[in-house]
This record gives sequence, structure tokens and C-alpha cells, in this order.
Amino acid sequence: MMDVLYFAWVRERIGLPKERVETRAATVSELVAELSAREERYALAFSDLTALRVALDQELSDFDAPLEGVREVAFFPPMTGG
Amino acid sequence: MRIVVDDALFDPGAELNRFTEAAEGMGAVVSFSGIVRQNAAGTLKAMEIEHYPGMTEKAIAAIAEEAVTRWNLGDALVIHRYGALEPGAPIMMVATSAPHRADAFAAAEFLMDYLKSRAPFWKKETTSEGEGWVAAKDEDEAALDRW
Repeated sequence: MMDVLYFAWVRERIGLPKERVETRAATVSELVAELSAREERYALAFSDLTALRVALDQELSDFDAPLEGVREVAFFPPMTGG
Repeated sequence: MRIVVDDALFDPGAELNRFTEAAEGMGAVVSFSGIVRQNAAGTLKAMEIEHYPGMTEKAIAAIAEEAVTRWNLGDALVIHRYGALEPGAPIMMVATSAPHRADAFAAAEFLMDYLKSRAPFWKKETTSEGEGWVAAKDEDEAALDRW
């Protein structure tokens, strides 16, 4: 089980900020594929991975990163701080 | 090093005075304040800043620590707001103190460049035409290359 968080337009497209996900996905890409297969809104949110960033346990990471031991995954668009 | 992530209004002038008073023995203080810019058509009603509680503070601390490692600094200050802001309101500020101005200027620019694209904040604008997320700019990402 892990917490999956969504921010900005990813959150709006999927329709929730956070959910608990039961998964055996070995990598972020596998998790994205599982989520995308669930429902159209997920598939839409994840349709262009170049427009997305991922953080694992609150550290920026990559889509090919392993998920072993990870408790929190977050998906969001490129950041616009400052 | 002080890092503040809050929705409350802050006073950039008062913050700068406090930071400068504490910069004992330093020869230079540089500060930058960012404010919500009204668009050319004057239609911006509000800017909503979303962030990732927990990661935001960690990401900013890591960026500030990197700055302290790279330059000869006395201290650094980062304040960044979230929530609903009006045009003209302060969004954020950075300040750096150093024995000499070159370090203070360079570190302040470094902090700004990294806060723009490596701290988990997202801006949404509401104008009289509707609302939309502000897209990240290629030049903001490219600005990181110079460091």
C-alpha cells in the first residue's frame, strides 16, 4: 500500500488530491500504467508523461525509478514557484 | 538560515530590516521580493498558489543548503506564500548576506532560479476570462544550467 498524491491540474483531472493504492508495480512507469488502465480520467491525466514530474517520498525522481520501500508517490506538472 | 512557507501576508521591508540587523560582520545584503504581477490587459483577479506540504520545506532547505555550500554566505532567508493572492501582493522573498557582494548576488540569483522550478509550487490565475494553470517556461528550466 502506498499513498499517491496529485497536484495542480493532475489533481483536477483525476478529481482527488490523494488516495491509498494497493499495487505490486515495481517502477513508477508500471504504477502509471496500472492507474491509466483504471479509468479514462487517469489515462487523460497521464497521457503525456513529458508534461509530468514525479516525487518519491518527497524527493524528485524519474518514471523508471523503482518503488520498493516507497511510501508516498506524487504526480504533478512542472513547478512554477517564485 | 530561515525558511518560511505560509499563507500569511508578510512585510518584505520589515523582513529585510530584521535580516540586515542580524547580519553582523557581513559586508553585503542582497534581497529580492516577488509580487503578483497584473497582466497587460489588467484582467487578473487572483492568483492561487498550491504547494506540496512537507516536500516544499524540504526542497527549499536543500536549495538553501546548496547555496551556503557554494558561496561564502553569512545567512540566507527564504519566504514563500501559498493560497489565494491578489495582484500587487508579495508572493515571496529571498535575502542573502555575505562578506562581499558577489557572493550575496550570485547566491540570491541561484536561490531564485531553483525556487522557480525545483520547489513544489504551482500557480493558478483567475482572470475575467476564466482560470488556468501557469505553464512552466523553458527558459526557467534553462536558467538552471548556468549553475
